Amino acid sequence: MTQIPARITDWFSAKGWSVHPHQQEMFDRAHEPATLLIAPTGGGKTMAGFLPSLTELADGDQPGLHTIYVSPLKALAADIRRNLRVPVDEIGLPIRIEDRTGDTSATQKKRQRADPPHILLTTPESLALLTSYEDAHRMFDGVQRIIVDEIHALAESKRGDQLMLALARLQTLCPGLRRVGLSATVEDPEGIAWFLSRHPDPCRIIQADPGPDPDIAMLQTDEMPPWSGGGAAYAIPAVMEQIRQHKTTLIFHNTRAQAEIFFHNLWLANDDGLPIGIHHGSLDRQQRERVEAAMVRGDLRAIVCTGSLDLGIDWGDVDLVIQIGAPKNVKRLVQRIGRANHRYNAPSKALLVPANRFEVVECVAALEAVKAHDLDGDPRGAGPRDVLCQHILTTAAAGPFQADALFAEMVAAGPYAQLTRAEFDACLEFCATGGYALRAYDRWQRLQQRPDGLWQLRDPRAAQRIRMNLGTIQDTDTLKVRLRRNRGGKPLGEIEEGFAASLTPGDTFLIGGQIVRYEGLREMVVEVSRRADKKPKIATFMGTKFATSTQLSDRILRMFSQPDWPQLPVHTAEWLALQRQMSQLPQRDRLLIESFPDKGREHLCVYGFAGRNAQQTLGLLLTKRMEEIGLAPLGFVATDYATLIWGLDAVSDPRPLFRLDALRDGLETWLAGNAVMKRTFRASATIAGLIERNTGGQRKSGRQATFSSDILYDTLLKYDPDHLLMQITREEAMRGLVDFGRIEAMISRIGDRIDLLRLDRVSPLAAPLFLEVGKVPVKGEAEERLLAVESARLMQTAGLEPH
Amino acid sequence: MNTLAFTFAGQPLLAMGSGALWWPDQNLLCVSDLHLGKSERMARRGGPALPPYDNRETLTRLAGDLHRTGATTVICLGDSFDDVEASAALPEEDRLHIAALQAGRRWLWIEGNHDPGPVEMGGTHRLDWVCKGLTFRHIALPDGHGEISGHYHPKIRLNARGRSIARPAFLLDHERLILPAYGTYTGGLCSTATALTNIMAPNAQAILTGAQPRLVPMPR
Repeated sequence: MTQIPARITDWFSAKGWSVHPHQQEMFDRAHEPATLLIAPTGGGKTMAGFLPSLTELADGDQPGLHTIYVSPLKALAADIRRNLRVPVDEIGLPIRIEDRTGDTSATQKKRQRADPPHILLTTPESLALLTSYEDAHRMFDGVQRIIVDEIHALAESKRGDQLMLALARLQTLCPGLRRVGLSATVEDPEGIAWFLSRHPDPCRIIQADPGPDPDIAMLQTDEMPPWSGGGAAYAIPAVMEQIRQHKTTLIFHNTRAQAEIFFHNLWLANDDGLPIGIHHGSLDRQQRERVEAAMVRGDLRAIVCTGSLDLGIDWGDVDLVIQIGAPKNVKRLVQRIGRANHRYNAPSKALLVPANRFEVVECVAALEAVKAHDLDGDPRGAGPRDVLCQHILTTAAAGPFQADALFAEMVAAGPYAQLTRAEFDACLEFCATGGYALRAYDRWQRLQQRPDGLWQLRDPRAAQRIRMNLGTIQDTDTLKVRLRRNRGGKPLGEIEEGFAASLTPGDTFLIGGQIVRYEGLREMVVEVSRRADKKPKIATFMGTKFATSTQLSDRILRMFSQPDWPQLPVHTAEWLALQRQMSQLPQRDRLLIESFPDKGREHLCVYGFAGRNAQQTLGLLLTKRMEEIGLAPLGFVATDYATLIWGLDAVSDPRPLFRLDALRDGLETWLAGNAVMKRTFRASATIAGLIERNTGGQRKSGRQATFSSDILYDTLLKYDPDHLLMQITREEAMRGLVDFGRIEAMISRIGDRIDLLRLDRVSPLAAPLFLEVGKVPVKGEAEERLLAVESARLMQTAGLEPH
Repeated sequence: MNTLAFTFAGQPLLAMGSGALWWPDQNLLCVSDLHLGKSERMARRGGPALPPYDNRETLTRLAGDLHRTGATTVICLGDSFDDVEASAALPEEDRLHIAALQAGRRWLWIEGNHDPGPVEMGGTHRLDWVCKGLTFRHIALPDGHGEISGHYHPKIRLNARGRSIARPAFLLDHERLILPAYGTYTGGLCSTATALTNIMAPNAQAILTGAQPRLVPMPR
């Protein structure tokens, strides 16, 4: 097969299109074991992926499943089905196309297993589920191609790791399977290629013409950005004006809470009553779908959104993207900008809106990085072992397996190519017996080795439980929010359980752009009414707070070293000049620490530029060290670039505080009892199969039957601290929320080049930190004291005396 | 020893931070819902293999409370075992641990819904037990008087200046006292659940467990 059949090229011509060079190359390379296409949004990526399948299926000889398409979004699978249907029907190709996601009906799913379509569109979870059935080999018999869409997004998550393990399984079932990856612009195509291909197969990388550079600038506003905060309320009039001037504007935010506040403020300023919608992951699905549909129809002039719109679907005629708040990461910014002007070879138009003065610097640095095509990203490291454990259980659900064969299969998957046999054996041991130092489950092993050496489930009914708990997406503990009605009002979305717990009847909060009043909790549903008569609390969502990338931080530090800053707005340049005059500007190979008194307290400002998570960790570790040395710290606050600590005594010699070994020791003890660790543990324990989210047929006996995963963590910490899951938890926390890696990198880069400046008052660069929210008190007995006060107050209010 | 003293049905009692109830006049310690063997039962039924240290942890805490109080009578207020099979399958180590705790003490196992039959363990087995006007039983009766029970694993949630704190708790009104679950692998039922608001009087109070037990009006 060397040519695209005339029927297909004729159809292209009839539409007035021609086959793009990268589509042709993908077609020419279709016989290779793995190909990766890097193309900007709107570059005909999907067609490039499917063209070889359409050609191979054109003669109608293929009996069963030929191509599997995997996307990270259910909606994208459905979207692609509709979009693919058009050419297939118009050309008259005898091809059956179906999607299979969590939304597909049970009957449809059953039928698909017995009689699969030619092209199946699915998600990583649904595919993994398919591989867990005993008859998987029958369904997958004869599969030729697998297309992984938005692979750049999957490669950053455990969903991608799980997918690659499922692909390894598929490859065993269908040895001739060819892999295709479709990716947005990324900094490291080789990394994605390594991720995609079966090892040691080669993977060809095809780069599409990236198209013209985007038309991107900072939004000009009359008002100056404030010194701190993330709301960007000052920019509302200017944003409103941009919405008026464009057909459809996407307004991206970094967090859901910020999106809610901004939408609320935008709505208050919307004097013309323009149709504006909001879209984020905590909104009710139906509500999100309504917004999506309105958007595709072109009914909306603007959509306030978060990362929930980062991927995939062709959202109609977006002609402007606005990013509120510093983008934190250049690669994501470029991908977001690509959402505008979906036509190939037309420049995308985007505006950045810094939320505060420091973000002006960050936005300008990001603009320069985009112009220089300097994308950022960190290598992700080896595939996590909790996903591996789940894959072992998934494999066992499909039938007895041989450990050697499974190991060989796993190390053929990119993320696990470096896996050692000892690591694999530890995971297998965990799946079989729990892997505890105390061997308690010899009678009740989950997996047993048969006399012939194969491993199998002890209780075959366990297969169903494993399938029900498959997947790596973590639901945080959220509660549904509904309007209070006689019988279940309209669902609005979800809020975090912790936030719900902090509400008392009468409190108001924002959700989906409306202010609602908390009425009460019924059967784990938050009931609200529309009576809004108070200033809203803001719903807090777990949503990730991204840390500024290493590359972007470095760019900011390089900018600081300039003699002056013609590229910055005057107010910001003056601010930096004042800092240089009063103190210093931070430098990349040195660590600047300022010490100054303010309102009778001593302050220490550490400009680490290590990103929010690492600066937060640094704050915790430094205050712990200060407490040990007797420097009486009272609290701290962290941003992406600095940590501000306040306390009773001034620090005169910072060097002992920054000894790496001491910090690492502190980390070990501090981490053990930390909430971050417990949260990380819960996620990993759930993925690895120790905690079941769904117990299905079991009786629903109320909440007292389930207990907190914190108890499991505490128990392991006390009796089995080196257990596999504790190791996984430490690894995950170190590279995730704790981000100790960036502290280590900073300290080793700086060595003893620490500059401690004693100032008589707060410096210009440190001043905004005083206004930051999220101050962390250094507490020991704090909770007990709070309870004592609260208990006394409550008893007194109730007119009660303690017995 | 961190305790909170209160009077119930005319008897001076102490709520311990661990969730145990101490009755000094009778030299009696009462604990409820130990759920021993929970991890074993989950694994037996094809569920995940939880860390098998729950019995050890529960018994170690109980030993600590016995040591601190010097109790001569112990009442386990039902659901001491996660099921009857779990009591039979208790590892030798835990069996010896229990025997050691029982030595020289009067020990009463009250039946619970999880462990309805007699268990093969030293001590006396009772449906309920009455002493000085106090009735000890597993599940509270609608018309109970001076009744001490368990079963519900009550917990309460407080909002103390923006910080949400949830802890197992004793619930207390003029007629009944409901103990929190003492077992390591136990969850809790929030005091706002109808099962608890229906049974407790409107002016009921709660005692939070923790480093220092605290009395608050029962949140409903």
